Amino acid sequence: MATPTSGRPGRALLVLLVIAIAMGGWMAWKGVNTPKLGLDLQGGTTVTLVPSPAEGEKGTITDESIDEAVNIISARVNGAGVAEAEVAKQGSGQNAVIVVSVPGVTEDALVEQLGQTARLGFRPVLAAQPAVAPTPVPSPSSTDKPGSKKDNKNSGQQGGGNGGLLPRIGPDVSSANAVTGKNDKGGGNQSQSPTPTTAPSVAPAPAPAPTPTAAAVPPELQQQFNTLDCTDQAQQNVGTDFPDKEPAIACDRNGNEKFLLGPVAVPGSDVDTAQANLQQNTAGWVVSLDFNSDGTKTFGQITAEMALQPPDTPGNRFAIVLDGVVVSAPGVNEAIPGGQAQISGQFTQQESQDLANVLKFGALPLTFEIAERSTISPTLGDDQLQAGLIAGALGLALVVLYLLVYYRALALVAVSSLIIAGAFTYASVVILGETLGFTLTLAGVAGLIVAIGITADSFIVYFERIRDEVREGRSLRSALESGWVRARRTIVAADFISLIAAVVLWVLSVGGVRGFAFTLGLTTVIDLIVVFLFTKPLVTLLARTKFFNSGSKWSGLSPERLGAKPKPENPKRPSRQTVKEA
Amino acid sequence: MNRFHSLTSGLYRGEVSFDFVGRAKQWYILSAVMLLIALGSLAVNGLKFGVEFSGGAVFSVPSESCEITTAREAAAAEVPEGDPIVTELNGSSGRQVKVQTVDLTPAETGAVNQALADACNVPLEDVSTQVIGPSWGEQITQKALTGLVVFLVLIVIYLSIMFEWRMAIGALVALFHDVFITVGIYSLSGFEVTPATVIGVLTILGYSLYDTVVVFDKVKENTRGIQTSSRMTYSEAANLAVNQTLVRSINTSVVGLLPVASLLFVGAYVLGAGTLKDLALALFVGIAVGTYSSIFIATPVLAQLKEREPAMAALAKRVNARRSGGRDVAKGAGDGDGSGDGSADSVMTGAGSAAGSATRGPRNQPKRKAKKKR
Repeated sequence: MATPTSGRPGRALLVLLVIAIAMGGWMAWKGVNTPKLGLDLQGGTTVTLVPSPAEGEKGTITDESIDEAVNIISARVNGAGVAEAEVAKQGSGQNAVIVVSVPGVTEDALVEQLGQTARLGFRPVLAAQPAVAPTPVPSPSSTDKPGSKKDNKNSGQQGGGNGGLLPRIGPDVSSANAVTGKNDKGGGNQSQSPTPTTAPSVAPAPAPAPTPTAAAVPPELQQQFNTLDCTDQAQQNVGTDFPDKEPAIACDRNGNEKFLLGPVAVPGSDVDTAQANLQQNTAGWVVSLDFNSDGTKTFGQITAEMALQPPDTPGNRFAIVLDGVVVSAPGVNEAIPGGQAQISGQFTQQESQDLANVLKFGALPLTFEIAERSTISPTLGDDQLQAGLIAGALGLALVVLYLLVYYRALALVAVSSLIIAGAFTYASVVILGETLGFTLTLAGVAGLIVAIGITADSFIVYFERIRDEVREGRSLRSALESGWVRARRTIVAADFISLIAAVVLWVLSVGGVRGFAFTLGLTTVIDLIVVFLFTKPLVTLLARTKFFNSGSKWSGLSPERLGAKPKPENPKRPSRQTVKEA
Repeated sequence: MNRFHSLTSGLYRGEVSFDFVGRAKQWYILSAVMLLIALGSLAVNGLKFGVEFSGGAVFSVPSESCEITTAREAAAAEVPEGDPIVTELNGSSGRQVKVQTVDLTPAETGAVNQALADACNVPLEDVSTQVIGPSWGEQITQKALTGLVVFLVLIVIYLSIMFEWRMAIGALVALFHDVFITVGIYSLSGFEVTPATVIGVLTILGYSLYDTVVVFDKVKENTRGIQTSSRMTYSEAANLAVNQTLVRSINTSVVGLLPVASLLFVGAYVLGAGTLKDLALALFVGIAVGTYSSIFIATPVLAQLKEREPAMAALAKRVNARRSGGRDVAKGAGDGDGSGDGSADSVMTGAGSAAGSATRGPRNQPKRKAKKKR
C-alpha cells in the first residue's frame, strides 16, 4: 500500500481538468459568469407563505396541492404584471412553504393578494353589463374577422362588455360520446357565427331577465349590481366576499363587464382536468375540460337548461369565477351531458393556457398565511453583498496566512487547493443558478465562508497524517501514500457528517437556512472532489521534486524538524528503541 | 517554532501526553458547572428573542441625519397602536435608523414606509422593511427541532454502523453539551436570538460532530486489535488518540474560527448588525465549545463506556497485572510484537518510555513533567 503510484496523479488531475473545462465551457456557452443573487443581496421583496388547509376543507397539505398553489400564485403575480417574479416551493409535504421573490419595489396590494385562497366555481349569469357607461364599440366588432387572433385580443381589451366575442362552450369534439353529430367541427366554428351580429345586443343587456336557474336575487344585491363600477380598481374584487351558495355580483378580469350571478352551480373541485388545445381546422386555441362524475351530472343539467336560452342572452351564459373575478363567461351551445366540454373563443395560446390553468388549479383546499415579508432596498442589498465578500476575503487571507506559517511550502498545496475549491464553488453556484434557479443569499454566502474552514481541515487532516508517518521514520514517498490511506477514511467519514447535516437542514428548513445548508453541502462535495482529484495527486507529484524529497526544512515535511526517528530508510520496521529526549 | 514542533512530535509518540481520559472527572465537573450556569441563566434570564419570534415589523432607513424622534413620530402618526421602538445602527457602511413596530398589514406597512421616507428625506425605495407574522418564529423553531431530531437519529445510525454505538453516545453527549453551553452563553450575554442564530446552532451540531469523528477515527485505529496485545488499556489508547489528534484539532479550530471571526467582525462593524453577525456569533461560540467537547467530553465518555465492557475490563486487568510485574515485561512485550502497524509501535514505545522513566500510576503516562519537555 505504501508504494508510490506513478501513473495515477496525472490521471486524476486530468479528470479534474476535464471537469473544469466542462464547467467553464458551459458558462462561456451560456454566457453567464455571475451567480444569481438573492433578493437580500440585490434588493427586492420576499414573501413567505405558509399553507394550512382551508376552512371546511378536509384537504391536507401535499406536494401536489402546494405545486398547484405555486401555479396559481405565479399566475396571480404574473397577472399583476410583475416581471421576473419568482414563486417557488421550499421544503416538501407538511413542511413546505411558498416563497415569492419579486425584485425591485412591490405594490403592497400584490403582497396582500398573494395569500388569498383560490376559489373556483361555475355560476350561471343572471345579468351582464359593460362596466362603463356603454360606449358603442363599433371599431372592434366591425374590424373583427372571425379567426383573426390579433383582433380578438384588441377587442377583448378595448371593447365594452365582452367586445362582442363571446367565448362559447360545447361538448368536446374529441370525445366519442357527447353529441358530436351536431357540431362536428367543434366550438371554434360556432363561436364565430354569432359574433358580429349579436355582439351589440349583449352590451346593453338590461335588468336581469329571470332565468330558469336563477334563485331569487335579493333587491339589495340588485341595487349593488346597478351601482357597481368595474372600471374602478377598488371595486373590481367585489365578488370575493360572496359565499358559494348565494347569488353574487362580480367584475370580469379586465374590469370591462359586470355580472350578476346565481349561486355556484358547479364547484371548481368538480373539474377533473383541463388543457389548452390547438384546434386543427380553425387554427384557433380552445380549452377542453373534463368533469368528474358529480360535475358531469350537474353540468349536464345546467347546460341543458341554458342551451334553451337564446344565444348571447345572459341566461345562455355561465361564468367561470376565480376568487370572485369572472375569468370567462362563455355562452352555451348545447347541453353537455358527457362531462367533457370545450371552450372556444378565438383565444391566443397564452389566453387558452391561462384559462386551462385556472380551471385545473382553481379550486385549492389551502389557505395561505403571510409568515414573513421583507423588502430590502438595493442599497442595503449591495452593502450586505459587499460585507459578505469582504468577510470572505478576510477569512480566506487569514486562513492562508496561518497555513503558510504552519505548513510552509506544503501550505502552497493547501492554498492552491483552496483556490481550486473556490473556483469550483463559484462555477457551481453560477451553473446551479442558471439551471436550477439557485440563488445566493446572505446566509448562503455565510455558508461559503464557514466552508473555508471545513475545506482547509481536509488538508490539515492529510498533512498531519503525512507528518505522523514521517515521524514514524517512513520515507517521504511512502509516508504520503500510507498517510493518505488513513486520512482518506477520516476525511470521508467527517465530510459525510457534514453532508448529513446539510441535507437534513435543507430538506426540513425554510428561508435562509436552506441557502446556508445548500452551500454547506455543495462545498462539502467540492471539498471531497478537490482533495481526491487535486490535493493528493499534487502532493504525490511534488514529492518527486528534490525540494520535498530532500526534506528541506522549508518543505514542512522535514524529518528532522518533525522529530522523526533516526532510521528513515526502514519504514517497515520502525526503531524499537525509544528516542531519548535529551 | 522548534519547540512547538518537538511538542507536536512528542504528542504523537506519547512522550508528551495530556491526560484527557484519566482526568475525565475534572472535565466533567468543569462542564457540569458550565452547564449549570447555562441552565440557571436560561431559567432566570431566559433568551432575548428577536422580532422574528414575536412577530412585528422592522423598517430600516439609511440616513445620516434623520433624528430618532422624527422617525418615531412619523411612524406613530401612521400606526398609533404600533408602539414604535426606534434605534440607530452605526456601521462603516453608514448610519441606519431602525423602527420596530407590531405586526402590520401590507397597507399599513406601505404607509409607514412612505411616512419614514418623507420624514427622513430619503427615496422610498431606500427604506427596507421586514414584516414577520407572529407564528413565523415558532414555525422556524419547530422545523429546526424536527431537523434536529432527524439529524440525531441519522447520526446515531451512521456512527453505530461506521464506528460503534458507544461512540454515537459519546458524540451525542458532546453535542448536547455544545448546544446547551452555546444557548447558555446567549442567555448570559443577552445576545438576541434570531433565525440566523438558529441556523448557527444547527451548524454547530455538524461541526461538533465533524470534530468528534476525526478524533474517534483515530481512537478506532489505535484500539484495533488492542485485546490481543495486553499492552495498554482502552482508556490509554483513547487518550493517546486524543493527544495524537490534538494538533489537528487545534489547527482545525483555528482554521475554522478565522473565517467565522472575520464574518463576525465584518458583520458587526461594517454592517452594524444583522444576519451575518448573528450567524457568526453562534458559530464562533459553538466551534470553540465544540473543539473543547470533542477532546474533553466525547472521548472520556467513550472510554468510560468501553471500560465497562467485560472484555475491556479484563484487558485493563491484564495490562495492570503486567505493569506491576515490572518494566522488563513491558519492554519484552514491545520487542515481541514488531508486526503491528507503525502507530501501534509508537504507542508501545511511548508507554515503554514512560514505564522506564518513572513509576507512575496505573495509567502509566507521563504527566506534568512531560508537558515541560523542552
